[in-house]
Amino acid sequence: MIKSLKATGSQLADSAFQLTVLRPDQADGAHLPSFSAKMREAGLFPLRPVAPAILQINVGKMCNQVCKHCHVDAGPDRKEIMTRETMQLCLDALARTDIQTVDLTGGAPEMNPDFRWLVEGISKLGRKTIVRCNLTIIVANKKYHDLPEFFARHGVEVVSSLPFYNAGKTDRQRGEGVFDDSIRALKMLNAVGYGQEGSGLVLNLVYNPAGAFLPGSQAGLQQQFKRALLKDFGIVFNDLFAITNIPVSRYLDYLLESGNYAGYMEKLVAAFNPVAAAGVMCRDTISVGWDGQLYDCDFNQMLDLLVASPVQHIRDFDAAALTERAVVVNQHCYGCTAGAGSSCGGATA
Amino acid sequence: METYYNPADLAKFGNITEWQAEAGRKFFDYYGEVFKDGALTEREKSLIALAVAHAVQCPYCIDAYTTDSLQKGADEAQMMEAVHVAAAIKGGAVLVHGVQMMNKAKELSM
Ligand code: SF4
Ligand code: SF4
Repeated sequence: MIKSLKATGSQLADSAFQLTVLRPDQADGAHLPSFSAKMREAGLFPLRPVAPAILQINVGKMCNQVCKHCHVDAGPDRKEIMTRETMQLCLDALARTDIQTVDLTGGAPEMNPDFRWLVEGISKLGRKTIVRCNLTIIVANKKYHDLPEFFARHGVEVVSSLPFYNAGKTDRQRGEGVFDDSIRALKMLNAVGYGQEGSGLVLNLVYNPAGAFLPGSQAGLQQQFKRALLKDFGIVFNDLFAITNIPVSRYLDYLLESGNYAGYMEKLVAAFNPVAAAGVMCRDTISVGWDGQLYDCDFNQMLDLLVASPVQHIRDFDAAALTERAVVVNQHCYGCTAGAGSSCGGATA
Repeated sequence: METYYNPADLAKFGNITEWQAEAGRKFFDYYGEVFKDGALTEREKSLIALAVAHAVQCPYCIDAYTTDSLQKGADEAQMMEAVHVAAAIKGGAVLVHGVQMMNKAKELSM
């Protein structure tokens, strides 16, 4: 079984080391312009946000899976998880703003013992919850089997990774047996109404390439996924989000180990799209770390790049002050601006 | 090491317009049009291109359409089946000429 970079003592577990690797002059033979220079050319530097519309909370790095591409370096060995006190600070911050959407991520967010308490709190405030559910958690243990009903009760939008519609590619990226477990979980979600027309229960899937290449057209992939999952397993879902792998953490490790790093970065740079660059998700999202610290996005969070603002912790959350900041960008940002763009909600251009 | 084919040249394909702008531009416009989603999906077209790339044994095209097929969501089995289609047609094209050979041989023989 693969282990987290942290568990193996890899240098890449250190965010400062990752930032060194990502420096434009470090990619062997590749000619990579700095991301900020590229953004300046596009008239987008410094990158200014709009008022936050989504609060993305990472409730911890603990996960039942150890996917090869994970930018969180999540796994069963990761003990960094959000306490109920910090969750309360998130709810307090929400109550003070008109942010309507809370996006819960991890690790496997459901493994945080206070996960359901948090979802209930968000519900009580009348805000919408998105959960980034890895699917297998639903079947991992009896105590999680009722998650589909729990999600349905709170009108939670479920966003789930399924890198391919067959076992080979899925298991190579996410681990042996993950595809079959994911199919079981998808059937359980469908059974309570998720993805079914007219139910109002939204089930979106996330496709990300199992290798060192970019995603193709989201619409084309969605059509293939819909056809294959319905034909082979009778599974339905709403939308497919095609997401580009960002060169951070374990995916960065994969790129380096497989000799694909320079080539992948060149592909991202060559595919830079100013329209996608103008629509990057950090413009309207604030990301909260397990310890309450604030970031421009979950990737910056994993690189320990705090927001460039006097407000850096959820306890001091101030939407107006945060809107004054400039987004902290670095070379990994090329992953969000390539081709049709990439965000937690899929393509952006 | 010097070789006739250099992977870096693939990225320079567009440079052919430098010496003949009009024809080059028309070719690339046509190329772009051909590969758009149409009666065939982009993925199906990519797999056809992959098969043809093998038939014409163009290393640039094999490189480009392996990546493109993966990007379009083709899996390994589909890609290998496309190559087998190319092999079957190429092999078949050789073998079907055996009939011509037989005809000629019969003509010349007692
Ligand atoms: S990608 Fe998601 S499911 Fe996989 S290890 Fe990371 S957090 Fe867990
Ligand atoms: S990686 Fe984060 S900061 Fe960079 S462009 Fe993407 S969302 Fe914005």
